[in-house]
Amino acid sequence: MKILGSEITPYKTYLNRRKFIKGSLASAMLATVTSSAFANHDSDLSIYTKNLNENDKLNSYEEITTYNNFYEFGTHKKHPHLNSGNFKPRPWTIKIDGLVKKPQTFDLEKILSNVTIEDRVYRLRCVEAWSMVIPWQGFQLSELIKMAEPLSSAKYVQFVTVFRPEEMPGQQKRTIIWPYREGLRMDEAMNPLTILATGLYGHEMPNQNGAPIRLVVPWKYGFKSIKSIVEIRFLDTQPETSWETLAPWEYGFYANVNPNVNHPRWSQGTERRIGEFKRRETLMFNGYEEEVAHLYKDLDLTKFY
Amino acid sequence: MFSTKNFNRSKPVLFILILFPSLLWAYQFVTGNLGVNPIEKLMDELGLMALRLIIITLMITTLSNIRPLKSIVVLRRMIGLFAFYYVCLHFSTYIVLDHFLDMQFIIQDIIKRPFITFGFISFLFLIPLASTSTNNMIKRLGFKLWKRIHYLIYPVAILASMHFYVLVRADKTEPVIYMGIIILLLLHRIFKRLTRPQLVQ
Repeated sequence: MKILGSEITPYKTYLNRRKFIKGSLASAMLATVTSSAFANHDSDLSIYTKNLNENDKLNSYEEITTYNNFYEFGTHKKHPHLNSGNFKPRPWTIKIDGLVKKPQTFDLEKILSNVTIEDRVYRLRCVEAWSMVIPWQGFQLSELIKMAEPLSSAKYVQFVTVFRPEEMPGQQKRTIIWPYREGLRMDEAMNPLTILATGLYGHEMPNQNGAPIRLVVPWKYGFKSIKSIVEIRFLDTQPETSWETLAPWEYGFYANVNPNVNHPRWSQGTERRIGEFKRRETLMFNGYEEEVAHLYKDLDLTKFY
Repeated sequence: MFSTKNFNRSKPVLFILILFPSLLWAYQFVTGNLGVNPIEKLMDELGLMALRLIIITLMITTLSNIRPLKSIVVLRRMIGLFAFYYVCLHFSTYIVLDHFLDMQFIIQDIIKRPFITFGFISFLFLIPLASTSTNNMIKRLGFKLWKRIHYLIYPVAILASMHFYVLVRADKTEPVIYMGIIILLLLHRIFKRLTRPQLVQ
């Protein structure tokens, strides 16, 4: 994946853009998120489409923001869109602890002033065998890891989602063990493809997509890309992750997109790209084989799924 | 009020009410109003409707044990056939829209994935029920054999609710409620059978 200098949007510019969009469309947005309400924004897609593979097409803002798995707001795909209105993503802090030089809590604004926000168009493949193409804005996780100054003994990174049952109605029910947790191996976390996303389609991250900051690991099933992160912990042992804890026979720690490893519930050989009628073949590592296959050359992927 | 005549009279209204959702979903599907993932939505709605109708047929039998509601049983056949209708639509959505008649893939899917296996067996068991639903068939088979065949509704209901239970990833409340209802209805039948006065030979 190539990122051209011209495609990099400084954080301030995109915040301003956001304000403009917010001002002119406030009433329309309050009522309902419709594709027509974003006609202005969508008219300049060239920023994103440049990065697309020839077989891929961007999914619409409406598709990306009304069809989500974010159980903190309910288990149905439409729940995050419908139930996330009361969630307050600002102010926001991220606690850094575990095997680091100095445990500390960062203000999100402080983190953002130290990084460069880039456009990254990624395929997102859900373990439920559907997929989308999403234009994210964000920065490489490696930049934050550098700020966190982990010790050399740190081999894994754990992420924790915020726990606010009063703002996240799904958390009032114990569907999974809250708060949601995910993890990566250090080399996966440092891979240039791995980003912390703060926006999509030039908007600040919508609540239903993991406001204000979420992980995006495009070669892994969507559930690895944990949303609304409040804590990042550096560890020397493999951390427990939410879905693996709930059903270890179905979800592994690695959860790399892999058409050859069967899942008891969904065949992973094919997927439905949202917006398309016929299924398409699922690609190894979701099509990012070139960038990440080397991370797993010594790993039996049928065992470590 | 709950006479056979009145139940029979309600049939046309009931027919339209139960048929209507399928027409609505078909219309919404064709016009692109079934949400972001319309094939999945269609399949889920059709399947859920089928399961609910199966449970309703079991409930009708139980309700007909209450003396004033005895005649409600005249509605059972129609609702049972509608359950079969929705199962057929559900299954053909899976075959045609979801997998585009890729039979090799579908067969693998049915064998390998327990939840699909449950659903498929449930569908197979419904076929003899639907095809022996006419008065003529009852006569030809004799009531005893016919009734025996129709006991298949019990495995059908259990498998269908398991199909739903396994499918749900985390919040299993709804499938558990359905399973609970089915178990209660089955327990009632077993209890009734055990307490029935035995005929002396």
